[in-house]
Amino acid sequence: MRDQVKAWRLGRRLILGIPYAWLIVFFLVPLLIVFGISFSTPKLSMPPIEPLLSYGADQVMQVRLYASNYTFIIGDSLYLAAFANSVKVALISTLLTLLIGYPMAYGIARTSAQWRNILFLLVILPFFTSFLLRVYAWIGLLSRNGPINAILLKMGVIHAPLALLQTDFAVYLGMVYSYLPFMILPLYSAIEKLDPSLLEAAADLGCRPIKAFFRVTLPLTSEGILAGCLLVFIPAVGEYVIPALLGGPGTLMIGRVLWDEFFNNRDWPLASGVAVLTLMLLVGFVVVLQRVQSEKVVSE
Amino acid sequence: MKTEPGPGSAPIVEPVSTPYVRIEGVSKNYGSVLAVNDVSLDIKKGEIFCLLGASGCGKTTLLRMLAGFETPTSGRLWIDGVDVTSLPPYERPVNMMFQSYALFPHLSVESNVAFGLQQDRLPSAEIRERVAAMLQMVELTGYEKRKPHQLSGGQRQRVALARALVKRPKLLLLDEPLGALDRKLRERTQFELVNIQERLGVTFVIVTHDQEEAMTLATRIGVMNAGEILQVGEPTQVYEYPNSRYVADFIGSVNLFEGRLIEDEPGHVRIACEDFENVVYVDHGISAAPDAKVTVALRPEKILLSRQRPADLDNARPGENRVSGVVEEIAYLGEVSRYRIRLSSGRLINVSQPNLYRHADRIAWEERVWMAWDSSAPVVLAQ
Repeated sequence: MRDQVKAWRLGRRLILGIPYAWLIVFFLVPLLIVFGISFSTPKLSMPPIEPLLSYGADQVMQVRLYASNYTFIIGDSLYLAAFANSVKVALISTLLTLLIGYPMAYGIARTSAQWRNILFLLVILPFFTSFLLRVYAWIGLLSRNGPINAILLKMGVIHAPLALLQTDFAVYLGMVYSYLPFMILPLYSAIEKLDPSLLEAAADLGCRPIKAFFRVTLPLTSEGILAGCLLVFIPAVGEYVIPALLGGPGTLMIGRVLWDEFFNNRDWPLASGVAVLTLMLLVGFVVVLQRVQSEKVVSE
Repeated sequence: MKTEPGPGSAPIVEPVSTPYVRIEGVSKNYGSVLAVNDVSLDIKKGEIFCLLGASGCGKTTLLRMLAGFETPTSGRLWIDGVDVTSLPPYERPVNMMFQSYALFPHLSVESNVAFGLQQDRLPSAEIRERVAAMLQMVELTGYEKRKPHQLSGGQRQRVALARALVKRPKLLLLDEPLGALDRKLRERTQFELVNIQERLGVTFVIVTHDQEEAMTLATRIGVMNAGEILQVGEPTQVYEYPNSRYVADFIGSVNLFEGRLIEDEPGHVRIACEDFENVVYVDHGISAAPDAKVTVALRPEKILLSRQRPADLDNARPGENRVSGVVEEIAYLGEVSRYRIRLSSGRLINVSQPNLYRHADRIAWEERVWMAWDSSAPVVLAQ
């Protein structure tokens, strides 16, 4: 009996241990390595960094931490501009996905059960194809000789093909297109939970439908809105593929800066510094939003 | 069945005022399902009108049409002389207390009650005053800042009532208002509800499946079944003078006996039932074809139980309205005892007797007893 309990406890630890071990090996350790590299300087070697630990001729073990990467990033307006632009693009993309996603989620939550499954499937359908392929497909659609320009020309709306690709417009289009499902899913679950009799009560008390939306529906689905916005905003800030493939040379985003530092300049320490600062920026956002949310819950 | 005015039919109540709410030939279909079937009904000002029926009888659909959440497929609705058939809910002078209460979970008690007044853009001082007065009436002063989830079921019910009444609606609709409360609280709230209604003079339309609730609250009851209103009347009318087997059976408990009309005089009738050796004598006339098949409805409390054979009725022949049987089950409920008695035909009869004395030689199981009823007790139903 005791052995059985012991075996059961061991099994439980094992089950819990596997995902933790996975996270430690493939998430925490790399993160610490990146954090460490960010305090190093570049060196022409393999790997191209100065080791933090050195064992000098005078038989002294030295730990050398360079803060230069951080002072350089903070001092250089290019990086700040890239950070600012990333946040701006992510915010606008989040807002656009919210504005498009909310009516869609509302519609899905309020249709009959059979239609709901079909509509849901349509929202998830893009995930059946690789993300990269879908972004490449947009290159084809938006290009100078692509179908969008061809249709507009044929209809006589424009007389010369538009330069759609390598613009901010293309970046926003790609962002909204890619992240829309992440917005719709949490919104759907929040709206679906909303008791329809609350809206009837609002109407009964003399509230017109539009006003009832702002006074009842919106506040009661705020958790879903917050969850959806975080799911879109966080990956959007660090997004690399969409601005790299659809954006122009002017689309300065932190993901691209990081890539350039790492692969083109082979400045691993500086790239790590950029990565650490991006991470801190996002963690800061999440912490602030969570605090706002928990204060709201407490006041309720 | 058309009954002649006589001792057997209900006293006719003349309408004192013109109808305040008029439902005229209203039907509602959902696809091929007929939820409400050609209902016409007049409700007077200041009345508490109860729509009573089993679930799925169409009573809630009718209520939702009055609120404006459903549009009638055909027919018209008037409230205080205004045709509201096509008005949206937010333009009707009607408020509703929802079965689930539908309180806004993100708003405090105060804001919930103020919600309706804010829609009318009243000055905030007046809103505050009216909300406070209403909360005082439902005894919730001091709970202004609470959220609905911090309240008990009874308190939530009172917030819902305050929220629905604060706009001073011409008509208040209540959907199973006491359904979610436990028994003791329900009894107390029933009387509170009637008191509030009397004080404010608002016309109430209540939907319920609980006949006890309907009897306590209502000035008039409309019994519904399968989308139709079967009978409208005061509680005593629908209980003592049901017009159909369904109404007799639905309101209270009743013993129904199939029988055949064997004697049909203006002053009395005699009915032969297979369950009784002697005929049933009823001291008023009914209008039905001779030899017609009828149903005799006999309420359990109108049957007297005794060990000795009771004396015969003065106006009837010996043995009429008397029958004996063996006690099969007894339920002692305190104020009354309920008996189930097996007749020689095999049929079980429900009888209830008040427990008038503390020390009594009560009738026991397996005893042979006599049942007797007055010649005015049976209700003869042709349908």
